[in-house]
Amino acid sequence: MNASMNYLDGNAAAGELSRIFAADLTSAEGQCANCGVKKPFAEAHLYMQCPGVVARCALCGHVLLRLVNVGERAYLDLRGMAYLCLDTTQ
Amino acid sequence: MEGTAVLGRVTWRTARVVELHDQTASARTLTLAINDWPGHIAGQHVDVRLTAADGYSAVRSYSIASAPRPDGRIELTVERLPNGEVSPYLTQQVTVGDELEVRGPIGRWFVWRPEQEMPIQLVAGGSGIVPLMAMIRSRASTDSTAPFRLLYSVREPEAIFYSDELRVLSSQGDSLVVTYAYTRVTPKDWLRPAGRIDRELIASSMWPSNLRPSTYVCGPTSFVEYAAELLIAAGHDRDRIRTERFGATGERK
Amino acid sequence: MAIISRGFAGRRGAQGKELPPGQYLTSDFPVLSAGPTPHISLDRWQFTIDDGSNVLKRWDWKSFRQLPTENITVDLHCVTRWSKLGTSWEGVSLDVLLADVGTDLPYVMFHSYGDYTTNLPRKDVVNKQAWIAFKYGGLDLDPEHGGPARLLVPHLYLWKSAKWVKGITLMPHDKPGFWENLGYHMYGDPWKEQRYSEE
Repeated sequence: MNASMNYLDGNAAAGELSRIFAADLTSAEGQCANCGVKKPFAEAHLYMQCPGVVARCALCGHVLLRLVNVGERAYLDLRGMAYLCLDTTQ
Repeated sequence: MEGTAVLGRVTWRTARVVELHDQTASARTLTLAINDWPGHIAGQHVDVRLTAADGYSAVRSYSIASAPRPDGRIELTVERLPNGEVSPYLTQQVTVGDELEVRGPIGRWFVWRPEQEMPIQLVAGGSGIVPLMAMIRSRASTDSTAPFRLLYSVREPEAIFYSDELRVLSSQGDSLVVTYAYTRVTPKDWLRPAGRIDRELIASSMWPSNLRPSTYVCGPTSFVEYAAELLIAAGHDRDRIRTERFGATGERK
Repeated sequence: MAIISRGFAGRRGAQGKELPPGQYLTSDFPVLSAGPTPHISLDRWQFTIDDGSNVLKRWDWKSFRQLPTENITVDLHCVTRWSKLGTSWEGVSLDVLLADVGTDLPYVMFHSYGDYTTNLPRKDVVNKQAWIAFKYGGLDLDPEHGGPARLLVPHLYLWKSAKWVKGITLMPHDKPGFWENLGYHMYGDPWKEQRYSEE
């Protein structure tokens, strides 16, 4: 699948994302806007050793989410997900 | 004891190191007392932040090794990585009384709650045992009767974490069955030659797939991908397999 | 206010040479990536220059490796704050690749295998300021560091030195690439500490 295995998964980004999302993202179901697969965000492939956080679809590699922290601001790109379904009762 | 995670952003808290215990030659368990700790669920992790005097900081994630405790303290087992930036500090420089910053508990996917009754199977690669040990300990500290099976893959016998505890827990009936796999060096007279886990080992150490167990796999990314493939090939339901990947070197950032 | 961790210094080396503001010296070569390492076989590799409508130039690996090359030693400055000095590369100058390109469109977007892009003013990649590098430290460039070939533009932050390059699109206006459209600076001069986009 991905020979280099240089990725983590959605669990690794949860701490960073907890600064922005009140609800836990790892158990949230997301739909890839590219291939349509629905998976928990925990299963996304996370690239965190770069100037930002990039989450990619485990199936097709499309970018699901990107996050860049600039001081007190966070730039968030969620175009790669058709939806994200969060449990707000946590 | 369920973690009472309140809907709201997770903040940095001060943690005091209250105990240190060498786990192996390269790994150490730290017991932390954290102000206003809300509790946790087995499988969750924390982020640890270190800050140098000039403001430079580094953040790493570590799974909580302990079951939820009434005194609210948590244990982290940290493996020292050869080129690590944070792990050498935590395993060699930190002393009792030092303070660290901790954020968490984090994650609600890769967790086991005592209410889950179905058979559970755990697959650990190296330091991937840590969150799975929290699950084993959590089960032992409650009256859960969920039967657990653990397949624990390590390089060599000296690399095993929690070996005494696992021996004790697995000798109490068959609530926990542990199978070890050695990838580089085996114990003397070990029947299976050193090597990666494989189909046969999965078949002999895991539950039959028709029991529809819940599976948790944790370790370096390549281990997790390989183990998950083996489990699916053995007929286990993809949707009932939960995974947590550590970095290729075992360090999660 | 963060708690200072007693005795923690991190991985940073001593500050010897002058570095751009906010940088620290490293002796290793960190691998930062926004996606999986592409593995491109040399018989599939191509490098193209287009103007958005037409392909103006194209090289395969064989024709690319017939172009004149240079050996250069440059300093690298990553926006994540590490700097690595005195790195040696062999590559083809962008002056060679862009010679005789019959249009004066002033901006360029570099495209990589995978989906990475980065934008630059065209004048920043000519006049001995940029190379398509295929050797590092005398050896073939490793895929994890951008091999078979990567862009090298050492006077800007390293995110502009796109790995796994496959081509250039010439543009009339500056357009943000992968990181530039999410908070990073359009230009990225480390000596002016242009890490992030200004308000």
